[in-house]
Amino acid sequence: MANINVKLKIWRQKNEKDAGKFDVYDLKGVSTDSSFLEMMDVLNEQIIQGGGEPVAFDHDCREGICGACSMFINGRAHGPDTAVTTCQLHMRSFSDGETITVEPWRSSGFPVIKDLMVDRAAFDQILQEGGFVSINTGGVPDANAIPIPKDDADASFDAATCIGCGACVATCKNGSAMLFVSAKVSQLALLPQGRVEASRRAKAMVAKMDELGFGSCTNTGACEVECPKEISIANIARLNREFLGANIKS
Amino acid sequence: MSGFLSSSIGKKLIMSISGLFLILFLVVHLTVNLLLLLGSEAYNTAAHFMGTNPLITSIQPILALGFLVHIVYAFILTAVNAKARPVKYEQVSQSHSSSLVSRQMLPLGLALLLFLVLHMIHFFVKLKVTGEAPMIVMEDGVEMHNTYLLVGSLFQMPLYAIMYIFAAIFLAMHLSHGFWSAFQTIGWSNEVWRGRLTWVGYAVAGLFGFGYAIVPLYFLIFQPITL
Ligand code: HEM
Ligand code: SF4
Ligand code: FES
Repeated sequence: MANINVKLKIWRQKNEKDAGKFDVYDLKGVSTDSSFLEMMDVLNEQIIQGGGEPVAFDHDCREGICGACSMFINGRAHGPDTAVTTCQLHMRSFSDGETITVEPWRSSGFPVIKDLMVDRAAFDQILQEGGFVSINTGGVPDANAIPIPKDDADASFDAATCIGCGACVATCKNGSAMLFVSAKVSQLALLPQGRVEASRRAKAMVAKMDELGFGSCTNTGACEVECPKEISIANIARLNREFLGANIKS
Repeated sequence: MSGFLSSSIGKKLIMSISGLFLILFLVVHLTVNLLLLLGSEAYNTAAHFMGTNPLITSIQPILALGFLVHIVYAFILTAVNAKARPVKYEQVSQSHSSSLVSRQMLPLGLALLLFLVLHMIHFFVKLKVTGEAPMIVMEDGVEMHNTYLLVGSLFQMPLYAIMYIFAAIFLAMHLSHGFWSAFQTIGWSNEVWRGRLTWVGYAVAGLFGFGYAIVPLYFLIFQPITL
């Protein structure tokens, strides 16, 4: 176990209306085995002991499954490691003496609540438009009563691993939510139970996404690289297909 | 339908279809260009045909519309996308997650637009508007513009040859992302076809880049026209 000293340049903003600014903190003797959030906890202890206001940031599970933690670290969503959330990012990814810049997700769809916390309710609003199956499924059906090709089941499951963290929006140069929406549309459209409402769902979710001010996709592919769950942009092609098909039909 | 076309995906579809249409046009344009390498007679005959055949001249307004739509939507989409991130990041590191070209489609497009204007001034205006381009009488007695002389003598000047070569490179860059991207936008891509279409896109971009650059390069190096 090694210890490193880091300089943290962190975005501080009192509330949505506040203009906000960067504050710089020196943190000494950070264990390289600690996670980024543990490092932030230590920093907050130090700030509180100095009589200051701790840095507000989102977190919940701290095991990479809930999608709560965010943070744009050194110019990348969830920091320099690939396929991890910020809670799974460790300080060994940084070097001694490094200046680490930490910013909130920046998107007109995700207003800043405080410091590094942003309001991701926009994703819930998109889900409320169609991210569900509304048929009455009755009791538990027999396994294999509805045969589903393995490839479809796998693709659906891959899409379903999206944790709604918003890194795709944060990283996209256009602030587009297409990867998130495409994952939610795909996970259901690929299964017979979800297929029934696929057209209506694609239209409603895209309409909401546009209304909430997310940008449009220019297919740079940055989202899938920064996505902690490695959701593929093949899902975006599927969303485009579903959306165009739905509009041609009606 | 209007709601559909004004949606984010609808606007992208317009971008995609107009882009693919422009690619189709560029195939025809390149084919005719390459005749410049065969000499005056072949090229002048082809250029005369393209300029006078009613089927081809009647498509011209559609071509202009294709360019207009593509350019107008390029600006609309860029403006909408800029609004989606009102506060910029202090630090952004994108080099490992997306290609430079995919992020610079508008600057590349603007370079192409600038070139397009100059290109029109060099040839279209002289041939169609002022008619000041030189004439030639073919062996069968038909009088036509000596487009070979017009184009060739321009390309023999280093400044113009280099300008046209750069335009070819910018076009290749635009298409190295744009070709696959257009199919992704329509939804005609998946894990398998993504790789294939990317490579076809690189091939198309390479062929266009090489094909469009080779003509000015030929005139610049060999100076076949004695002025
Ligand atoms: C000269 C012929 C041109 C061809 C063949 C061409 C082709 C294409 C293609 C195939 C795409 C991909 C569409 C998609 O992603 O769905 C594209 C995108 C784009 N083009 Fe062009 N283009 C040309 C000229 C221009 C010009 C003159 C401009 C600008 C003023 C421009 C600006 C753009 C922009 C900004 C995009 C990205 C749009 C987006 O992804 O949202 N292009 N182009
Ligand atoms: S697609 Fe990936 S980056 Fe986007 S919200 Fe889902 S898990 Fe996060
Ligand atoms: S805190 Fe749950 S994913 Fe990071």
